[in-house]
Amino acid sequence: MKKLVASPLASAALAAGLALGLVAPALVTPALAAKDSLTLAMPLEPPHLDPTAGAAAAIDEVVYANIFEGLTRIDSSGAVKPALAESWTVSGDGLTYTFKLQSGVTFHDGSGFDSADVKFSFDRAMAEDSVNAQKGLFDSIAAVEVPDAGTVVVTLKQPAGNLLFNLGWGDAVIVAPETAAENKNNPVGTGPFVFGRWVKGDRVEMVRNENYWGEPAKLAKATIKIIPDPAAATAAMLAGDIDAYANFPAPEAMAQFEADPRFKVVIGSTEGETILAINNTRGPLSDIRVRRALAHAVDRQAVIDGAMFGYGTPIGTHFAPHHPAYVDLTGSYPYDPEKAKALLAEAGHGDGLTLSLKLPPPSYARRGGEIIAAQLAQVGVEAKISQVEWPGWLEQVFKGTDYDLTIVSHTEPMDIGIYGRDTYYFNYQDADFKALMTKLNTTVDETARYGLLGDAQKKLSADSVNVFLFQLAKHGVWNKDVVGLWENSPVQANDLTAVYWN
Amino acid sequence: MAVFFLQRLTTLFITLLVASLLVFLVMEVLPGDPAAVILGVNAREDTLAALRAEMGLDRSAWERYFLWLGGLLTGDLGRSYTYGVTVWELVAERIGLSLPLALMAIVLSTVMAIPLGVLAAARRNKASDVGVMGFTQLGIAIPNFWFAILLILLFAVHWQILPAGGFAGWDAGFWPALKTLLLPAVALALPQAAILARVTRSSVLETLGEDYVRTARAKGLTRRAALWRHAVRNALIPVVTIMGLQFSFLLAGTIIIENVFYLPGLGRLIFQAIAQRDLIVVKDLVILLAASVVVVNFLVDLLYAVLDPRLRGGGHAL
Repeated sequence: MKKLVASPLASAALAAGLALGLVAPALVTPALAAKDSLTLAMPLEPPHLDPTAGAAAAIDEVVYANIFEGLTRIDSSGAVKPALAESWTVSGDGLTYTFKLQSGVTFHDGSGFDSADVKFSFDRAMAEDSVNAQKGLFDSIAAVEVPDAGTVVVTLKQPAGNLLFNLGWGDAVIVAPETAAENKNNPVGTGPFVFGRWVKGDRVEMVRNENYWGEPAKLAKATIKIIPDPAAATAAMLAGDIDAYANFPAPEAMAQFEADPRFKVVIGSTEGETILAINNTRGPLSDIRVRRALAHAVDRQAVIDGAMFGYGTPIGTHFAPHHPAYVDLTGSYPYDPEKAKALLAEAGHGDGLTLSLKLPPPSYARRGGEIIAAQLAQVGVEAKISQVEWPGWLEQVFKGTDYDLTIVSHTEPMDIGIYGRDTYYFNYQDADFKALMTKLNTTVDETARYGLLGDAQKKLSADSVNVFLFQLAKHGVWNKDVVGLWENSPVQANDLTAVYWN
Repeated sequence: MAVFFLQRLTTLFITLLVASLLVFLVMEVLPGDPAAVILGVNAREDTLAALRAEMGLDRSAWERYFLWLGGLLTGDLGRSYTYGVTVWELVAERIGLSLPLALMAIVLSTVMAIPLGVLAAARRNKASDVGVMGFTQLGIAIPNFWFAILLILLFAVHWQILPAGGFAGWDAGFWPALKTLLLPAVALALPQAAILARVTRSSVLETLGEDYVRTARAKGLTRRAALWRHAVRNALIPVVTIMGLQFSFLLAGTIIIENVFYLPGLGRLIFQAIAQRDLIVVKDLVILLAASVVVVNFLVDLLYAVLDPRLRGGGHAL
């Protein structure tokens, strides 16, 4: 943003919220000093600000790494980095993790941080009445012990290869016993930003934590605005009301931003595997030939071009292409309507098949669904589309598994394990796959893990569990002078700790 | 008058009771478990049960209905499932935007519509009448969200003199807050003004043919004096009725405009609450809005008496 303050009047308006664009052009002159506030927009408002009590990605997108920190953190490349735990050691049998905590850490309310807070946070998440949306992250933990104020010992029931990654999730951040109950509306963490205020429905404001234990944030103030409507978001970007939109909800608008020299458009990757999910036990879909026919009938690239305006990476299995353990299986079921027809005929559906296709609200599902329905019609499969809201989707599709096909993006990082669960809405029950997952969970060695992950990916592709479509792209657009925003989103977050203005 | 008030009060009470039952039942049959919405796809059954118990959703439907009704009667609207704050707090924040916005829009639309409508009626079938009618036709035909986008493109993107959206909040000062409401108010006011102008015109035309207007002219009043003093004043009853309806609409029916300008108003609160299955907020807001409609209608009835002397003097006339 070039507009900056010259007159006292403009300064006053600036204090009230610079990027609201209240500063008329007549009152401003070119920049005098480097700007140290940022207004970032996101599409959905968090229901509250406690990442340990809700699944909404919007919560983490506000507070993760900014306000709250865990023992470990996930960095922009998806790697596990130390955070409140300065270092850790793992026992030979992989059952005991000893964390050495950072010293001199205080919560935003001034109270000190020590191992008791860690124990409190984990015990709270694991408790019987816990409302932690990812309680499963803590499943492998047997006990949390605190030999002294600076040390935490976590003992496991069985080895858990992904424990350090799991502890970097927003759901595993460390909260203080005194303030935990109030975190929904007044989050108190240890992060580089202190919660300022939340104008519900409009914005969340944070200011720099001047007593931060690590490297302080470069921004003095950060405002996160909620703009759900893509047209409104486009106008707000063009008007300079907002400086960045980390994950723009409308891919069709990216061309307009690319053409504007004021902006930088960054297409990154997310952890969102977008799939045409299949109810594996329902009627004809329990026949692998039918599922393979569906895979051959769908032209992924056409879906990406048509629904996502070309943004998205094709996938052939349930795994993120940017992960080192990824195996490219997009060639397993090439687009081949004739082959699809032949497979359907072989399975006894030569004269056609009618399936329900339930579509949740996101545009990848609604637009993608229309295209896929048309492609399926080419091979004689009639997809009856019905549009559902998220709560309806959760109840009918996810919980009740009352569906044949649905389109959804699975945005949790490293979530191939869902195929090994006893109950999950795909109804894929495979003893071999479950055995693979059990082995993976107890394997700590990285090379061995990658090998197992590769086997798991191949297994899903071979069984044609779902039609794997594409990895959801992250459509970032921000002012060209803003540096340090994440290009990819290995976890759902808007980490502002390293952001500054050029 | 006492009988009238009593009648009105009874009507209000019954209306709200029926509304409460309806909205409760609709919320009951709406698919979707609030706990599942909050905790998402990785939540486990024991976690869901814990949250349901925390929100009181494990009680029977009737128990919940009467608890809620009892709360309403004692002014306790309950706590939002998602936000975790009391519904009063949420509503108070949103009213601070929705009420001033509705008032601005209604004032703007009245200021535009009544002079135009009267002008069109007075110059019936002349160029200015045709012009005004054509303009109002356009005003009704243009969708307000599209008009809003045009306003944003011009004032926010092109000239950059007004913000593209958002609400600064009254604590940012009177003018900054008002400035953020200006474009939405104009976008809301235009279609309302178009409707109001047409109603004004036809109503004034009707009263212009009344005996008392002829009498007024006969006793020597000029056309203009007869028009403003007798015709317009009596023509205002249907206009006020429409304004009453429009005001109720503007309080909560502005969701599209709120979306275009990303304003945190009452309309968006309801919409969000439905999407997130924050059922308690939906129920409370519907009841509050039903109450506001009844109250506005009541005020409109009172205005009739002020405007038309024939309706004064005795409860029976009302």
